[in-house]
Amino acid sequence: MGIVENQFQSNVITTTVDKLVNWSRRSSLWPLTFGLACCAIEMMCAGASRFDFDRFGVIFRATPRQSDVMILAGTVTHKMSGVMKKLYDQMPEPKWVVAMGSCAISGGPFNSYSVLQGADAVIPVDIFIPGCPPRPEALMHGIILLQEMIDKEKYIRK
Amino acid sequence: MPVAETEKILLNMGPQHPATHGVLRVILELRGETVLGVEPDIGFLHRGIEKIAENLTYTQILPYTDRLDYVAAPAWNLAYCEAVEKLMGIEVPERAKYIRTIMAEISRISSHLIGVGTHALDIGAMTVFIYCFRERELTLDLFEHATGSRMLTNFCRIGGVMADLSDEFLKRAREFVDIFPTRMKDYEDLLTENRIWLKRTKNVAVITADEGLNLSLNGPNIRGSGVKWDIRKAEPYAAYDKMDFDIAVQYDGDAYARYLVRLEEMRQANRIVDQGLKNLPDGEIQAKVPRVIKPPKGEVYVRTEAPKGEAGFYIESDGTNKPYRLKIRTPSFANLESLPMMAKGGLVADVVTAIGSIDIVLGEIDR
Amino acid sequence: MTEENVNGEEKKEEKEEQEEKIEINFDDNPIVKALKSRFSDDILETYCYSDKTDELTVKVRKEKIKEICQFVKESPELEFTYLADLTGVDYPERDERFDLVYHLYAVNTNQRLRLRISFKENEAVDSVVSVWQGVNYYEREAYDMLGIKFTGHPDLKRILMPDGWEGHPYRKDYPLEDQKTPKQRLKRERP
Repeated sequence: MGIVENQFQSNVITTTVDKLVNWSRRSSLWPLTFGLACCAIEMMCAGASRFDFDRFGVIFRATPRQSDVMILAGTVTHKMSGVMKKLYDQMPEPKWVVAMGSCAISGGPFNSYSVLQGADAVIPVDIFIPGCPPRPEALMHGIILLQEMIDKEKYIRK
Repeated sequence: MPVAETEKILLNMGPQHPATHGVLRVILELRGETVLGVEPDIGFLHRGIEKIAENLTYTQILPYTDRLDYVAAPAWNLAYCEAVEKLMGIEVPERAKYIRTIMAEISRISSHLIGVGTHALDIGAMTVFIYCFRERELTLDLFEHATGSRMLTNFCRIGGVMADLSDEFLKRAREFVDIFPTRMKDYEDLLTENRIWLKRTKNVAVITADEGLNLSLNGPNIRGSGVKWDIRKAEPYAAYDKMDFDIAVQYDGDAYARYLVRLEEMRQANRIVDQGLKNLPDGEIQAKVPRVIKPPKGEVYVRTEAPKGEAGFYIESDGTNKPYRLKIRTPSFANLESLPMMAKGGLVADVVTAIGSIDIVLGEIDR
Repeated sequence: MTEENVNGEEKKEEKEEQEEKIEINFDDNPIVKALKSRFSDDILETYCYSDKTDELTVKVRKEKIKEICQFVKESPELEFTYLADLTGVDYPERDERFDLVYHLYAVNTNQRLRLRISFKENEAVDSVVSVWQGVNYYEREAYDMLGIKFTGHPDLKRILMPDGWEGHPYRKDYPLEDQKTPKQRLKRERP
């Protein structure tokens, strides 16, 4: 689809096409199960029965080749950062990254020799969700913000 | 007809895997589908908590003890506070002991719910996972009511607890205790006599008592192999010497036995919470403790029965307000050593059963 | 929770009594008796701190650690079949830089024991993997984090740090702060 990307001027047809494309992308965000530490348990709670994630169209997939968004839940260490970069490179476009919890944003309370102080030193991050751990409602708010961000993207418009 | 020779292959069950309960990498040596050897590779979540603790005061280390076993945080707060109080010779008031016991047992229920739920999810029973998380939400509500935080509670203080339990908490806890046995019947109906569950977990991942003790296996895992050992009965701490409960033990040593032990422990934990709520004494919740915690020179090793096994803190102090060496003895680090013996000779799918039945948490292993 | 005068009193008491190791006569303790009857000149010290008499520490000679471990595991009156923990401690200003602390437990008799050995920086210690197989990961962690080498270990390599990491993090001269995070933060370009 690289031929039609960012080629056309804005008019009523292209904005409608963009609206359709963005709507379909944001209503079926499939995250990669990348739970590392304590935030992973809150992510599992967000996917369970009380704070249901399925109603947003979010289905957790285990393989990076089938997922759109990578939710980094937990502390990223130097040993794990190579693996994280490999998984990020394996995800097909369009892809987004959500950094959940203070460990993924900036190392959290662990300023030590083995912890990467923030995942955005290695991969670009779109949404930051603070908290230690953030409540499942906060994770949902982050996903809704990501959906609003996707709504504003320009796909075939310049 | 000569049988075709298959070579050995090495398969990587990488750090990102839906069934490894965290960032655990397992290298499998296979011949066809039979497992010849298993080698775990850990360290993907090593955060250096022991070295961080050497630069912080004793009170500042408390929030880090939640992040070790993040599923059952109050039990680990209790273990750390017991260690420092033994080092300093502080006596905790009765009411605080009962409150700590109640919170530790609720966290035991919470941890076993996750253990059974994720084990069932790995094997394929998704309904059990959803049911267990429904109950877990009730326990998290209780934690939030008492401490303010759902998971990482930071509840105990050196010499007592953070805050008293309100009447609203006691009412809600009583409702939880009354309703929990009926909910447990749901899991039993779904799993215990289920033919598929029996086929997948009976005689799978077997370990005998002697092998287990030699490999330092502990907690519900060794109780599933017939060793009747529980630190709450053998070396009582907090208010356990006043509580009446049984040790759950099974004798087969396979994954099914460990599952039954966890179910029985949840029932006994419910019983303990019930007794704790009935006999809660009045009194203070915090002992008189000096403003700057400076233990005398010495060393101490205190162990408690965390939900996953023997949780020990070895603290060596040199007289200042920071510990000289803090070693955290976590049960999952020792439990993982039995994985090669459990999985050898089985099939690839049995490796997943073995990992799930040991119930490891990577935050504990890597610290 | 504490009042001002309690704090002041605590300070005075601390200056008066420096709680040090006190030499209690442990010869009546059955564990010590059994050990001393077999290895009388290898037991260097038996002590505990202040009045914590259930925290018995036995300091032994480094060369005999494997024999002593074999003895405490197999002797019928001791039966320490369970190894709870193996810790390494670093004392950089001492001549014998490292200490290894073994925590043992007897399941049948509910007894605990702590063994301690001291040795210099480049000396190797006999591995006790043939006695308790569960000490495997603990010895690998002591090698990884402190640089203590064990002879006779089946597979001594790094366990928590990545392969190829330089240095031993739990030593007191190793820096705590993070050194390896790239300074530049990445931003995603979106149309």
